[in-house]
This record gives sequence, C-alpha cells and structure tokens, in this order.
Amino acid sequence: MAVPATKLKEKKEIIDVGLEEGAARLTYERIEQVINRVITAEMAARMKVYVDTCIHCGLCSTACHYYLSHGTPEWAPVGKVKQTMWEILEKKGKVSPEFIKRASIIASTECNVCRRCSMYCPYGIDVAYIMATVRRICHLLGVTPQYIQDTAHSHSATMNQMWVKEDEWIDTLQWQEGEAQAEMPSLRIALDKEGADIMYSVIGPEPKFRAQLIYQAAILMTAAGVDWTMPASPGWDNSDMAMFTGDFEMMGRIKRTHFETAAKLRVKKIVMGECGHAFRSVYDVGNRWLGWKMPPIPVIHATQFYYELLKEGKIKIARKLKEPVTLHDPCNIVRGRGLHEMMRYLVNATCENFVEMYPNREQNHCCCAGGGVINCGPPWKTKRVESNSIKAEQLAATGVHICIAPCHNCHGGLEDIINTYKLNMHTMFFIDVLMKTMEIPDALKA
Amino acid sequence: MQGIYEFVRGPLLWLTFIVFIGGSLYRLISMYYLLKKKERWVFNYMSLKYSLRSILHWIIPFASANMRQRPIMTVMSFVFHICLLVTPVFLLSHIVLWDESWNLSWWALPDWIADIMALVVIGACVFFAFRRQILPEVKYVTSVADYAILAITAAPFITGFLAYHQWIEYRTMLILHILAGEAMLVAIPFTRLIHMFYFWFTRAYTGSEFGGVRHARDW
Ligand code: HEM
Ligand code: SF4
Ligand code: SF4
Repeated sequence: MAVPATKLKEKKEIIDVGLEEGAARLTYERIEQVINRVITAEMAARMKVYVDTCIHCGLCSTACHYYLSHGTPEWAPVGKVKQTMWEILEKKGKVSPEFIKRASIIASTECNVCRRCSMYCPYGIDVAYIMATVRRICHLLGVTPQYIQDTAHSHSATMNQMWVKEDEWIDTLQWQEGEAQAEMPSLRIALDKEGADIMYSVIGPEPKFRAQLIYQAAILMTAAGVDWTMPASPGWDNSDMAMFTGDFEMMGRIKRTHFETAAKLRVKKIVMGECGHAFRSVYDVGNRWLGWKMPPIPVIHATQFYYELLKEGKIKIARKLKEPVTLHDPCNIVRGRGLHEMMRYLVNATCENFVEMYPNREQNHCCCAGGGVINCGPPWKTKRVESNSIKAEQLAATGVHICIAPCHNCHGGLEDIINTYKLNMHTMFFIDVLMKTMEIPDALKA
Repeated sequence: MQGIYEFVRGPLLWLTFIVFIGGSLYRLISMYYLLKKKERWVFNYMSLKYSLRSILHWIIPFASANMRQRPIMTVMSFVFHICLLVTPVFLLSHIVLWDESWNLSWWALPDWIADIMALVVIGACVFFAFRRQILPEVKYVTSVADYAILAITAAPFITGFLAYHQWIEYRTMLILHILAGEAMLVAIPFTRLIHMFYFWFTRAYTGSEFGGVRHARDW
C-alpha cells in the first residue's frame, strides 16, 4: 500500500533558525517550569483520560498519511505521541532543549492536526489535540519554526497574516473592483457598509498572492444580487496561524477583532472565502477560547454559501464543465463541518463528469499542508511532499486532470504534490469553476 | 491449604470487590471533578444522540471503516471481549458460588462452551502479544506494562482452565485461579484496563464533537 518514500532515508538534517535559536536559549529549569505550568494550569481531564486510556494498539496508524506514506512506526499518530507527550509526562518536564526541538519538529511538521486519527482510534482519542498541546508548550518555550512564527508575528502586529498594511488592503480591493467593473460595470466592493446582510472575509494571502479570488467573489456576489460588504479595517482577515503555533492568547485577539468587525458592521452573517484552517479557527477553535460555544455571529464557509445560492436559484449554471474533475475534501470543512454532501451537490451542478477519489468524505486523506505545516515554509517543503505519497497515489488513481480543492492550504499542498510526483493535474477553487460555468445576467454585462 | 482457600475466597474477595468498585468509582469521580473544575465547557458540547451514535458504531463489529480494514483484528478483539465478559458471569461454577453465598442464580453456559470461551480469551491474548512483537507500529509503542496487562488478563482464564480439567493439583490451581481473578479486578482501576469505563466517555465526547459541532461521522 505505502510507497516507500523512505527510500530517501539518511536525510540531511533540516535547519530551521526558529528551532535552532529557540532551543539554544533554553535551560532545563525553564523547560521544567513551563511544562509544569501547562500541565497544572492547562491540561486536565481530557489529556489525562486520553493518555491513561490509550491501550497502545497502533490502530490509529493507518489513519495518518505520514504513516501511510513512510510506513515506519515513528510516523504513526501514537508513535508521535510516544515521542512527545508520553515522555513529557513521564519525565514531568525534565527534558532537554534538544528534546523540545525534536518535539516541535514532530508536532509542527509531522502532524497536520487533521483529526483523521480520532476517527480511527477505537476510543476516539484526539491525537490532534495532544499534538496541539505539544505545540503550545513549544510556543511558550519559544521554539517554533521560523516561517510560521513570522506569520504569527504578522498577526500580532497587523491583525493579518501577511504584513498587509491598511492602505494596501483597501488599495487591493479597489484595484480588484476596478478590474471586475470591466466585466460588470455596476459591480461594487462596498467597504464597511453597515447593516449589510453579509460580511465577506478572506485570509491574508488572498490580497497578497491571489487577488483574483476577490475579483471573482465580487462577480459572484453581484451576479447573485447579494447585499455584502468587506471591512476596511483590520479584522478583514479570518486566518489564524497563532492557533497553529499554540499562541492561543494571540488567536483570541485575532478572532475577537474579526467578530467585533462583523458586529460593528451589524451584518447578519460572515461568509468566509474558500479556506479550511480559517474556518476551523472561526467556527470551532477561536470562538471557544473567547468563551463562545458557537460563533457569536453565524459563520458559513464559501462552499456552503455557493450551495445555498444555487439551491435558492440566486445563481444559475449556464454550461457545465466538460472535463472530468475530482474533488478533494478538505479536513477542516469535512471532518470539521460536514460540508461534503453540499460540495458534491456543487460539483454535480457545475461539472458533467465527476470522478470520486477514494477514500473520500470524512475518510479523505489530508493534503499534508494544513495545520500550519505548509506555513513552516521552504525548509520543510520536501519533507512535506514526501510525507504524502499516499495522496499522490490517490490523486493519480482518479485519472483526471482537474482537482477541485476548496481550501487555500490544500491548494498549495496539492500543487506541490502534483508537481513533485508529475501528476499532470491542476487544482481549482469552486469559485474558479463557478466563473466558468455560471450564468451572468445580461443586465449586468458590460 | 483449606485456610488459604477460605481466606482468598472470603476476606480477600471482599477486599477485591471493594478496591475494584471503590477504585473505579474514585477514578471516574475524580475525573468528573477535574473536568468540572478545569474544562467545564466540555459538558456544553455533550449530546446524548451523538454519544450513542458514536458508541454504537464502535461496539458493533465492522461498523467503522477501521474495523473493516482490519478484519482479523476486529474479529479477535470482539471475540476476546465478549468471551472475557461473558464467561466469568455465566460460568456454572461461579453461579454455584453465588447461589451458596447469596442464594442468587441464573442461566449458566454449558461447561464445554465455557471451556472453549476460556481458550478463546487465552488465544486472543497470545494473538495480541504476537501482534505486539510482529507489527512494527505496535512494537514501537509497546512496553513491559503492555505485556503485563495481557498476562493479568489471561491469567484467570489459564488457571481456571487448568483447575477445571484438574490436570495439576486441583486445590492449588483453584487458589491460584481465585488470586488471578482478584488481581485482574484490582488491576482494572489502576492500569489501562480502566478503558473498560473510560471507553464510554471518550467515545461519547468524540461523538458529540463530531456529530454536534462538526456535523461529521466519526467511524
Ligand atoms: C465493556 C468494557 C470494555 C470495552 C468497551 C473495551 C474496549 C476495548 C477497546 C476499544 C480496545 C482497543 C483495541 C481493540 O479493539 O482490541 C480494547 C483493548 C483491550 N482490552 Fe478492552 N474493553 C472492555 C473491557 C475490558 C476488560 C474488562 C479487559 C480485561 C480485564 C480488557 C482487556 C483489554 C486488553 C488486554 C486490550 C488490548 C489488547 C492489545 O494488547 O492490543 N478490556 N478494549
Ligand atoms: S491528526 Fe492527522 S496528521 Fe496528525 S497524527 Fe492524526 S492523522 Fe496524522
Ligand atoms: S488507536 Fe487509540 S488507543 Fe490505539 S494506539 Fe492509537 S491512540 Fe492509542
């Protein structure tokens, strides 16, 4: 089953300044002190029950794409827990700086917190939560991969992930508005429109690298006749790398800003672009940190939004895509929000020939980019791609050349896999598909 | 000999039940309080419907994807647990003891079936032990304690089987059997055998999160 990507054993050690310098600053006393603080103040019944219940059966192994790709035990979910949390608890925090560095590597670059393993463990043990707690410890010790730490710093300084300045943000929106008006003269990207039905929020990388997605969203919103707005102030970014570094305090600040922006605009709901991790943060994790059982303002993912527009007849499909397509189910909106059937409705509504990949829906293999792993940057790229040969096999088996992946991280991760394994495929967002298939009312056309 | 027998069957058995029940209650109640103190939010997410949905999918053989992908392990695991739980309760010689002491009795398994079931438990423990040796991903996370748990689990069945067939001196075997059974019960609250009780709660929580918040299946 597993392709031995591990032929590439005896690798050169990957050097990451964030980890090296972070670990060099550590002392045994500080490690012990921080770990014990986390153990007494933050870990409680869940962690204890998980660690005490785990029967060491290894049944979670085949859940994990790292294990399926490498085939050796240290990549299995429980193997990663053994190398990190068991040792931390057993030694009561008396571990070395070298150990912390290794733990950070395991938790940040060898686990996508994709939660597939809690679906394979007979007890439902949440290994992703255990790994996130290891990251938390590493964060408090200042041993985090440099690239993702940089995005966390950007969050704290600018409230967005990509160091986008306020004027650059507004400028980008107006630029995209101008471009889109060539196609639809009446189109507007209304900034800070109080009382609009919908606040549309995106992740930092959209204005930075994929601005055409904002253009496309504006076309869709206008064609569907939606009353929408985008914030002009910080709070427009729904992404959250702090959640993945273990900087929960910062995560709380980011999410509060996002929700408060929506509250200030008095919108009925927040619609988020096609991003998985941001959805997890807004819908499931960040809100809890702020004390909200569910998000204080309804939040829906773009795919659900498109689904509703189609169902309500607000957008119509003029022509379907002829080429065969497959669909990648992103962890954070499938295991994270069960949107898989809505997505299938979308695919079938817009494409003539839909080829499932197997396994699919909740069982789908992660792209290996999520959970902050792709954000650990270039030093870790080769390892990340080699750790997902199982995904390459799964994609190749569909035999199609288009893969719809409604998540930014999945996009990046799948593109890297496609290029490395030479799969002759390309990825599309649902909005890309809609742009090709949707009917544009004549009255709106230029 | 008779003295030892009286002791293990009498006071020691009482002590065993007290430790087993008391210990298990202590583990459960202290976890409840810890949860209440530090992670109270968990209660807000618990859903009876999704808890049961999840538990059902994991106590019915082959109801989860992982079980279907590992048919041998699934069969072994279910057969093992069923025999393990059913044999001691419906064994005629145990019921006789209940009858003698408390005037309680119920339907009993025919002896030959109980005999086979005991062998199944022993065989399954051997299987699990081999599995721990052979599969790298299991071996990697296996320590002495894991074999000890298997030994503790198998011991009452091995000694019971030997006592029943009286191949070795009966009295000694019987005393060993009672001691092994008591050791197993005492071990439950203090080892990973606590999973017998925790299983229902971990599954319920995961099921509630998957079903209630994430609208997804967890099997
Ligand atoms: C109703 C109660 C119980 C439930 C729901 C339960 C559930 C489980 C589950 C889900 C596993 C995981 C691995 C597998 O499927 O084999 C397991 C393993 C195991 N259980 Fe139980 N169990 C229960 C009672 C017991 C009792 C009373 C014992 C022994 C005293 C026991 C001994 C074991 C052992 C030894 C293993 C591990 C096998 C290995 O080494 O891989 N279980 N149990
Ligand atoms: S959460 Fe996903 S990546 Fe992490 S150990 Fe589990 S299956 Fe593997
Ligand atoms: S499947 Fe669950 S109990 Fe078994 S080793 Fe993995 S985490 Fe532990």
